[in-house]
Amino acid sequence: MTGADLQALAPHLVLIGGTLALLLAISFVRSHVLALAVTLATLVATLFALPASNAAGARVIDGLLAIDAYANFFNALFVMAAIASALLGYRYLERRITLAHREEFYVLLLTATLGAMAMASATHFAAFVLGLEVLSISLYAMIAYPEEGQAPLEAALKYLVLSGVASTTQLFGMALAYAATGSMAFEAAFSAGSLLAVAGQAMILAGVAFKLSLVPFHMWTPDVYQGAPAPVTGFVATVSKGAVVALLLRYVVETGALGAAPLVLGVVIIAVVSMVVGNLLALLQDNLKRILAYSSIAHIGYLLIAVVLAASISGAPMALETGMVYLAGYFLMTLAAFGVMTVLSSEAGGEDAERLEAYEGLFWQRPLLAATLSAAALSLAGIPLTIGFIAKFYLFAAGAEGELWTLVWALVIGSAIGVYYYLRIIFTMTKTPAAEDVGEAREAAPAATERAGAWEAAAVVVALGAGIVVFGIYPTPIIDIARAAAQAFGG
Amino acid sequence: MNILGLILFLLIAGGVAWAAERINPNAPRWVGLIAFIAAGAYVANAWAGGYAYANQYIEWIPRFGIHVILSMDGLSLMLTALTLFLGAVAVVSSWTETKRRTGFFQFNVLWVMAGVVGVFTALDLFLFFFFWEVMLIPMYFLIAIWGHENKAFAAMKFFLFTQISGLLMLFAILALVYFNYANTGSITFNYNDLLGAELAPDVAFYLMLGFFVAFVVKLPGVPFHTWLPDAHTQAPTAGSVILAGILLKTGAYGLIRFVIPLFPDASAQFANWAMFLGALSILYGGYMAYSQSDFKRLVAYSSVAHMGFVLLGAFAFLDAGDGAAGMNPLGMQGAVVTMIAHGFSTAALFMMAGALQERLHTREMSDMGGLWMRAPRMGVMTMFFVVASVGMPGLGNFIGEFLVLLGAFQANVPLTVAAALGVVVAAVYGLVLLQRAFQGEPNPDVPAMRDFGLREMTVMTLMMAALIWIGVYPQPLLDLSAPVIETLWITP
Repeated sequence: MTGADLQALAPHLVLIGGTLALLLAISFVRSHVLALAVTLATLVATLFALPASNAAGARVIDGLLAIDAYANFFNALFVMAAIASALLGYRYLERRITLAHREEFYVLLLTATLGAMAMASATHFAAFVLGLEVLSISLYAMIAYPEEGQAPLEAALKYLVLSGVASTTQLFGMALAYAATGSMAFEAAFSAGSLLAVAGQAMILAGVAFKLSLVPFHMWTPDVYQGAPAPVTGFVATVSKGAVVALLLRYVVETGALGAAPLVLGVVIIAVVSMVVGNLLALLQDNLKRILAYSSIAHIGYLLIAVVLAASISGAPMALETGMVYLAGYFLMTLAAFGVMTVLSSEAGGEDAERLEAYEGLFWQRPLLAATLSAAALSLAGIPLTIGFIAKFYLFAAGAEGELWTLVWALVIGSAIGVYYYLRIIFTMTKTPAAEDVGEAREAAPAATERAGAWEAAAVVVALGAGIVVFGIYPTPIIDIARAAAQAFGG
Repeated sequence: MNILGLILFLLIAGGVAWAAERINPNAPRWVGLIAFIAAGAYVANAWAGGYAYANQYIEWIPRFGIHVILSMDGLSLMLTALTLFLGAVAVVSSWTETKRRTGFFQFNVLWVMAGVVGVFTALDLFLFFFFWEVMLIPMYFLIAIWGHENKAFAAMKFFLFTQISGLLMLFAILALVYFNYANTGSITFNYNDLLGAELAPDVAFYLMLGFFVAFVVKLPGVPFHTWLPDAHTQAPTAGSVILAGILLKTGAYGLIRFVIPLFPDASAQFANWAMFLGALSILYGGYMAYSQSDFKRLVAYSSVAHMGFVLLGAFAFLDAGDGAAGMNPLGMQGAVVTMIAHGFSTAALFMMAGALQERLHTREMSDMGGLWMRAPRMGVMTMFFVVASVGMPGLGNFIGEFLVLLGAFQANVPLTVAAALGVVVAAVYGLVLLQRAFQGEPNPDVPAMRDFGLREMTVMTLMMAALIWIGVYPQPLLDLSAPVIETLWITP
């Protein structure tokens, strides 16, 4: 390992160092604020290490990890999402977790981020599995973190068991691939088009589809989303899925894995079904977490357009660029939505603010939060002025470039269905709650003190909302970075 | 003229109006009114000074060849002027009606109008679509928050119809850009570059249909009109004024500016069907209007009929010999004049409906009757605008419909005859409206009501003057639109 390799690995090293420092700090002083401070410092330092890593140029380290602009784009997203989640989680934990058990949450957050970063760089099955398991095992604990109530535990157990099954399927697929080609590196994996290799390929993709909660591997998603505490749900929805998408795109491009026609057909079918079923089931929900769960199923279904495009050599740069821009938008809007939920949940006791009724009249009581959630909902629906539109536009463009008209039509139909339930969220917030007419003074007084409570979370949320709109109007900065990374990929 | 500045001004005014609510619930109304008057004065001044025509070109998203291209020609200019004028009308018409959350209300009114000005001036297809959607969300809020008893349903229906058809248009835009890219190797959304795009005939036909459906939903034409009666009936007065006066015109504008010039051959091929839909809208809209008992619903259906004339006129292609199709200036000019005149007459009638509902808390004409005795000024005004709306010679709508029929006659006689029957139907439902609401025995259950005051009369008089002007001396309007219409048709 050379000095340049170490420089390329700088973000990972900083993150590992910070995680160890946090563990040490916790074992000496139990202080929630200190734990948050160390976490934030680590994450910010990691963020600053990314340009240094980029400066080292694209490198493959020991055939395991490829550190390039593509990986670092996702690393930046993961780290920023972790920062947002840490800030969002602070008050939430303070409210809901007894004194001596708050700090370890941040350790898990950092290890999960590390796992995600490894996945974005993986070029070898070993790195793939390692990253995935570091991420998943941290998530099991994060989902089960709240001490009260059965729901988190149930969700974590469900995730653990099903995720275990998916992982073993995947491992079996890798074994078959190894048997067919004699190599665990992505590049070599599927040069041989034997039946064995195709079968292995299908099993690996099934495991990935589970992590991305694509139909028909989606059953766990709504329950886990609902059971997990709101800040963790946001993290699961973004970082864990983003990491798998980053890996999947790299995997498909490097292995040419979708070379076999039946596999492409399978992915296309999964994409279409996810778009339609995700949106249709979301129509039936009254719980915001479940709505967002189904919506995420549909969104990752949309994103498969990029994956299919990535299978063709000429389409690869556009596919990678689409994936990056889409995920950047998806991160912003999903985190914003769960952020609003977290702020409201941290202020009230009891269950999370996940039922739609909890949002009635939010427009008139908390205009900024309501505006942010509206921006997130419109963005998820893909309406202009928001980053979600730019993201969806990219998918249209990618679909046109690959002439994947079936998928584009499914995207149109899915989006059309989706508009209904996103609007419903907004409409709920504009309703005048019956209580307001009775006494507006009642809600004004206590709310003011509570409002002061979660200011850092509220600030994060508003910043995310602003990001949705600013990048929706002027997306060029994100596009430029993503385009440069995609052009440089593999070259 | 700085079009981008004009749009930004309206957007910022919206923000100011929202914030002004903290000072005084009345302040946002003044902000809205002053903003529209100032913007209108700016446009009028530029118009009078002859420097209204403008072209702005700013790079936006270079990755996809997307630019901010805003351009003002005669057609855009008259529609922008109409937009700003009706914006002021909308503010005035809801002056006393909306009592809650006036700041957010004016914010939405100003943002809709900013989006509409963008739609009327954008010459980059991406930017056009952007504004097309920008005007949707505030309109949704206007209906969903300040609407009447069934507002949630109406707002959702409105949004779904326009959004789904918008997605269809987005699909068509991207496919058009892609096919142009495949031919020329450059990605561009510039309208002027895409005008010459070479498409296979069947591809062009399907893309044309994508645009056509999106615009006909907005127009609205049968069979895509069902959102309109609900949206209109449930919307607050300002919402109805904006919807009928302005938003429907964006559909008509889209047909004239985009569908026909971008896909001339496909449009000509489809012309008879489009004219058929136009004639069908005229007759069906008229028939439905006649069968309504709800004042607002009647006016809403009459809009379907009037917009049918636009469809009929715009697609009245002539036979230019050798089997080629040629542009029909008469029909096209008729369509343009109808758009403008309908903007005034229908906005006035919706304002009347709103005023009646505010006073009587009903829109049912059976609960009215004999209102002329109680509110003579309202009666006179209703009579004037009803007469204008049914196409009385000397008033604006007549010019438009007459030119449309004249143009359509050259293209397709049977459909023109059918459409002409619609004028008779219009007279029937117009007079029914007037008779049931204002004439006959005074209804003893109707409470004493306030007649129009200075505020309402000023607005009504202005709209009246506009209709008389168009009706008596339409030449300036025709001069303004004629050069645009000529350039719309690029002969191959």
